Amino acid sequence: MQVPVKPKLKIATTSLAGCFGCHMSFLDIDERLFDLIELAEFDRSPFTDIKHCGPCDIGLIEGGLCNAENVHVLREFRANCKTLVAVGACAINGGLPAQRNHLSIATVLTEIYHTQHGLVGGFIPNDPELPLPLNQVHPIHEVVKIDYFIPGCPPSGEAIWKVLTDLIAGREPDLSHGLMQFD
Amino acid sequence: MFQNKDTYTFLLDGKTIPFTEEQTIIQAAMAAGEYIPHLCFNPEFKPHGSCKICTVSANGRQTASCTQQPQAGMVVESNTPQINGERLALLQMLFVEGNHFCPSCEKSGDCQLQATAYEMNMMSSHFDHFFPDRPVDASHPEYLLDFNRCILCSLCVRASSDVDGKDVFSLAGRGIKTRLIVNAESGRLADTNFSGDDKAAHVCPVGVIIKKRVGFAVPIGQRSFDEHPISFTPHPALKDN
Amino acid sequence: MLSHMHKHAEYLDPILSRYQYNAHHLLQILREAQEYYGYIHADAIDYMAQQLQLARSQIEGVASFYSLLYLQPQGEYRVLFSDNITDRMLGNMQLMESMCKELWVEAGKVSEDGLVSINTTSCTGMCDQGPAILVNNIVINQLTKERVSAICELIREHIPLSDWPPEFFAIEDHICKKDILLDSNFKAGSALAKSLRHSALETLQEIKTSKLRGRGGAGFSTASKWEFCRSATGEQHYVVCNADEGEPGTFKDRVLLTSYADMVFEGMTICAHVIGAKKGFLYLRGEYRYLLDHLQAVLHHRRQQSQLGNNILGHAGFNFDIEIHLGAGAYICGEESALIESLEGKRGTPRNRPPFPVTSGYLNQPTVVNNVETFACASLIGLHGGAWYANIGTDTSAGTKILSVSGDCVRPGLYEYPFGVTVAQVLADCGAQNTQAVQISGPSGICVAANEFDRRIGFDDLPTAGAFMVFDYSRDMFEVARNFVHFFKHESCGFCTPCRVGTSLLANMMDKLAQGHGSPYDFAEIEKLNVLLLSTSHCGLGHSACNPVLDTIAKFRPAYDKQLIHKEFIPAFDLDYDLSQARQMTGRDDAGAHLERTNVSK
Repeated sequence: MQVPVKPKLKIATTSLAGCFGCHMSFLDIDERLFDLIELAEFDRSPFTDIKHCGPCDIGLIEGGLCNAENVHVLREFRANCKTLVAVGACAINGGLPAQRNHLSIATVLTEIYHTQHGLVGGFIPNDPELPLPLNQVHPIHEVVKIDYFIPGCPPSGEAIWKVLTDLIAGREPDLSHGLMQFD
Repeated sequence: MFQNKDTYTFLLDGKTIPFTEEQTIIQAAMAAGEYIPHLCFNPEFKPHGSCKICTVSANGRQTASCTQQPQAGMVVESNTPQINGERLALLQMLFVEGNHFCPSCEKSGDCQLQATAYEMNMMSSHFDHFFPDRPVDASHPEYLLDFNRCILCSLCVRASSDVDGKDVFSLAGRGIKTRLIVNAESGRLADTNFSGDDKAAHVCPVGVIIKKRVGFAVPIGQRSFDEHPISFTPHPALKDN
Repeated sequence: MLSHMHKHAEYLDPILSRYQYNAHHLLQILREAQEYYGYIHADAIDYMAQQLQLARSQIEGVASFYSLLYLQPQGEYRVLFSDNITDRMLGNMQLMESMCKELWVEAGKVSEDGLVSINTTSCTGMCDQGPAILVNNIVINQLTKERVSAICELIREHIPLSDWPPEFFAIEDHICKKDILLDSNFKAGSALAKSLRHSALETLQEIKTSKLRGRGGAGFSTASKWEFCRSATGEQHYVVCNADEGEPGTFKDRVLLTSYADMVFEGMTICAHVIGAKKGFLYLRGEYRYLLDHLQAVLHHRRQQSQLGNNILGHAGFNFDIEIHLGAGAYICGEESALIESLEGKRGTPRNRPPFPVTSGYLNQPTVVNNVETFACASLIGLHGGAWYANIGTDTSAGTKILSVSGDCVRPGLYEYPFGVTVAQVLADCGAQNTQAVQISGPSGICVAANEFDRRIGFDDLPTAGAFMVFDYSRDMFEVARNFVHFFKHESCGFCTPCRVGTSLLANMMDKLAQGHGSPYDFAEIEKLNVLLLSTSHCGLGHSACNPVLDTIAKFRPAYDKQLIHKEFIPAFDLDYDLSQARQMTGRDDAGAHLERTNVSK
């Protein structure tokens, strides 16, 4: 008798306005990566270097939205992932990049490229290849619907593993004391 | 049924809680070792009733448990999915109203707002963030004021006025523009008579009033609410008793 | 004394000494200081702090609470456009825009030459004769394009306000229908003389017999309130008349104080006799500043006639006088405990209750706070007796009610009816046609739709403080609710979390729908927020902030459905606009420099 092979889940990950710290933390699940590979395969992700997302079961988003490209990537993930998870402080509340939100981006660009000491004849890069920065950094739930959140800066590997295994098992993700950290 | 004045009781989530005439619901609950989530309440001060996190259902009517006096036989519900859901929404309001970046906050792990959010299972801030512009006041040699984290509980206002007799802090503005100010035309703490010995220096439940140069003496991960959830941690004001 | 305070001491000293250096008069001191200097200067705060022995931060805290007080220089001419929905319906926004254009100033800012500042303010109580503005806190009504141009000219020419054409300042009573109160031909002193022939307890019994209930909207039994206060122990008892008529759409107290002030003051005096008070306050909203001289004159006359003062009307030992306190732009001060805080010179934050004002009110002494109309009714009862009064109206709502009718009707103004009148009757009398809805008792009240016009004004069915705003079928009820939600956001005192943050969130969500970014998700969010505000807010403002939305959702659902353009959640902000600054800074306008408005659909 042949046991039907359960198709593997597809997971995609990306880092928007983040520092890849959440991805590093993901790798902190260590040898459990082998367990995960039994259950799932990675689509678009820095782990695979696949550039665009196909239909996926779970999308993990690190980082908030600070520029136009972040918005495009987030929309691609929302369009392709059945379940979208915000991973880490920046995705959830803008995090460190959002600390610029009390300044206008015009002020920031002027300061960086024109007025800072030592800059003579500086100019603001305008190559169409470069994504334009948004007026404010936004948490991702302000732009698309997000299904789950894993707080932390970064969330621990344990917390990421707990949410992933809950989702894979079809349980409502739940972080107990110690796994739930905002810092 | 006759009841002795000393043995008045009410029911909190099915548990019998004794109370005296002077106590409000939360005071009686705390004395009995029961936790009702709260932020602007501090057992050392007269209840204020502003944050509304301590909202309970008392005989079916929702009310702030820090200001509501119990009645004998009152049925109080606190730890229910509905009330915790409302507390969660209030916490999320506080998070989007200010700028609460826990990873860069000296108070992280010792912060009652954060710990209460853990307790209420707050995974995200849910609402759109206001990202207000609230400059930091680092003028004082010993203390920093980071208004980004202020939740307007007025504990520092009450401590400075009622205990220190100084009125260093006040609330100003109205509505969503309400803000904490200090008693100096310059608006700088350094130009007030604030001192680290003041009670007001030690009552902030969040990370507004911060002692300089000791912020990370205890590493993140080893702080009060990293060790135990806030529901199992005696209130700082009760620790010495 | 520090020299920089000197010039402020010159005008502050007489004010401070008139108020006996009493910090409880702080709000009055601040108001008068501003009337002299144009705004409240930082050095003036320092001087007041020193003289009143307050912290300067406390003074700043109080001053910054009231929207008609300023801590920064304003224009020499300070123009505030009343922004109730009725002003909107009369085109106030277009008029404000044209005034801003003519005077080269941006709304909310002071013109570069310091000549003028233009902004909006909450309803000024002139809905029957709007659009209305306040210029340096003085009312001008019936604004037209021509009148706006004339005002701009006067401002440009620096003509002092006192030299402006007097017809600009004309304020009409617009009494359209009179009943026992408005038609009483009341003779000052008559009710008091009659009451004083009886004991205080007998007078209280008359009030009880009359079944009079408070006219501020809540409808608490007036006799019970007076009785509770009378039997409460305290060093002093106080009578307070709540003339902080801030509920948008209400203006009957303004008319009562204009043309029936004796009835109001006499009612207060009768109350004083019942509860044993020596002192009373009229808390007059700052927007009615223009009434102050008139009211002072009425009080002066009453003192001359021995209707106030010592041994009133020869009644040995009955000493009572009334002081007028002006508010300074804070709707919340219509809530009685916030009003008392404000009377005490503090921020108008509602108190935790109990204790209630009847046992612990002004200066923690037993205090009766009643509405203007309630006191006027008390005078009528003093004159004609309780049984006479109880016979008018319905079983549970005795007497008459004065309605402030405004909006889409031919004859806006005051209408007095015995309780029990139907909405349809009022609409017929005021000449309303094609009526879609009536907002009863203002934004915090009830919105009734056409199929409910047989409902009746009264405490059992449609309780009201008096506002009666009419909307015909040309009006968008979603926009009505949105205007009200913004009103609550502006007027929230900021004390409790749900109201402070929730009214802002609610306003943002309504704006999101208005801007065409709405989806069923947002609709569910609004409903959730409404429940939260209702169950956790500190006072009535937070509780009722949801009413306009809940009512219009229930009764005018299509007005919302047309705002729910999208099936799926989309952001509250325009992403393409969010790239605007970077586009400007880089000069780019290529495809990559833009973002589509909505999410790519699945």
